[in-house]
Amino acid sequence: MANLSKKKYSKNISQITHSLETHRQFAKKNIKEKINFGIFAFVASSAVLTVLVLLGILVKGGSGVISIEFITQMPMSQMTEGGIYSAIMGTVYLSLLTLLFSLPLGVGAAIYLHEWAGKGFFVRLIRLSIRNLAGVPSIVYGLFGLGIFAATIGFGTSLLSASLTLALMSLPIIITASEEALKAVPQEFREASIALGATRWETIRYQVLPYALPGIATGSILSIARAAGETAPIILTGAAYFLPYLPGSLFDRFMALPYHLYILSTQHSQTAVVRPLAYGTALVLIAIVLLVNAVAIYIRYRSRKNKLW
Amino acid sequence: MKSTKTLRIKNSLIRLYFTINGALAIIILLMIFFFLLNEGYPAIKEIGLGEFLFKSRWMPSSGDPGYGTLALILSTLIVAFGAMVISIPWGIVTAGYISEIAPKKIQEILKTTIETLAVFPSVVLGFIALTTVAPLVARIFGLSNGLTALTGSIMLSVMALPTIISISEDALNSVPKEYKEAAIAMGATRWEVLKKVTYPSASSGILAAVMLGFGRAIGETMTVLMATGNSLAMPMTDIHGIPFPDFLTSVRTLTATIAIEGSDVPWGSIHYHSLFVVGAILFVLTFIINLIADLAINRFKGGNG
Repeated sequence: MANLSKKKYSKNISQITHSLETHRQFAKKNIKEKINFGIFAFVASSAVLTVLVLLGILVKGGSGVISIEFITQMPMSQMTEGGIYSAIMGTVYLSLLTLLFSLPLGVGAAIYLHEWAGKGFFVRLIRLSIRNLAGVPSIVYGLFGLGIFAATIGFGTSLLSASLTLALMSLPIIITASEEALKAVPQEFREASIALGATRWETIRYQVLPYALPGIATGSILSIARAAGETAPIILTGAAYFLPYLPGSLFDRFMALPYHLYILSTQHSQTAVVRPLAYGTALVLIAIVLLVNAVAIYIRYRSRKNKLW
Repeated sequence: MKSTKTLRIKNSLIRLYFTINGALAIIILLMIFFFLLNEGYPAIKEIGLGEFLFKSRWMPSSGDPGYGTLALILSTLIVAFGAMVISIPWGIVTAGYISEIAPKKIQEILKTTIETLAVFPSVVLGFIALTTVAPLVARIFGLSNGLTALTGSIMLSVMALPTIISISEDALNSVPKEYKEAAIAMGATRWEVLKKVTYPSASSGILAAVMLGFGRAIGETMTVLMATGNSLAMPMTDIHGIPFPDFLTSVRTLTATIAIEGSDVPWGSIHYHSLFVVGAILFVLTFIINLIADLAINRFKGGNG
């Protein structure tokens, strides 16, 4: 009897110690996991912190300068006084012209890729080219634009040369975004339309494009935000150091916000004196870019909410 | 009868129009490349490709001109490499947190922040480098001037971060759920799954992310132009007779050189043509890097259906 209970007892003990062992191992693993996940959370939050610090620097330095006059007046007295109206409007003109050139081409390319093309070698080559175009440095686009539009064709350094250059640069973004938008239109829409006797073009025109429109709009607006912030390509193709008036034609040079910021912070003869204006310009630029971006995200959000299928 | 015929012609015209649009990407890419070569050729013929690639003195507008781009190429690589040292761990860990660990709400906050960072104009980051980061670098390292390769690397790491995060995240998300479930079923903790299953399975996608980030860092202009001081010296220092990259010196990259000299160079001069040689070098460099990224992407897309 005593023997048996002793046996039982030792068995129990070994069971308990065994489970304690695994439990301890498990707890150890658990602590390790907690520590590692904590490190991951810390690293990820440092990315958020960085963005907040960047925005904070701009707001702190620039908010004192921002006023109605700053936004609506021309730069004056060697850009040491006055506002940045010509730079803001220059950027608006430039972005809209860029979109005017790139949108038809970009959407056209996306329609070809998604609605017509199959999966052959030609299409693979197109896709490879699009990805590579997206990786070409912006300054190389600038050099190309300078050589071909400004010098060879003879548009000179002008609004036209700069917007054509930026249009080439934004093509990959617009093509990719438009193709995504076309992909999101259900295949049944096309099949129903074809079954009713519509041609492929009629199907695209009346059954696909209308539903892809919000997606295409989102992509185009995002590409405007990108184009508005670009500096390197327009340095070479038409941005002007200082102009107290707006461009009167496509062949005029223009001021632009990003280039103006570059000038004020590095090229101006009195960079220390104009530093507050530079902060103000930076703040206006980032505000415009983020606002345009927010509009795009809002359109995407609304179209997803109103989706009928 | 006649109407169906015109309809058919109309349709094939429409098709032709869209095909041309589709082919545009190929045409533009080829045009850029051949245009750079064509415009660079007069300079190569006059000076010789050897001087461009293997000499380090770049002084195209001086009385005794030099056209060596070696210092510019090294500076470009050093600044981009430094950026990668910072942004690869930063980006990969953040992507892992977003895709595998974070609760839904925090995931949304992180994604929105990264999207915000992605639209930051590079000139704004350059400006912040100038006003905030460079003085900090100068103070920490006791330098008289904080516009150094290191300052450029720090800013570029921030610029490359969104690219690295979003593509790594795609790669992590495309790891099949069954892999993770199998590991969990065998008693692995979530951390072990992440470290031993998810990250290794996503490795080719992460490689693509790193390459694209590197390409971005090499091609970036405004940030380095404003942050690195643009001195033309060789960016190397001797430590016990062995040359090492010097991060605490002012450097000038390929991109900055085109930006500085491209706006006031007389069109058609040898100097003008030599800038296209610099552009072609930059194009080839980024093209190779993007191609590697492309191969890696195809592998991870092909591997996991």
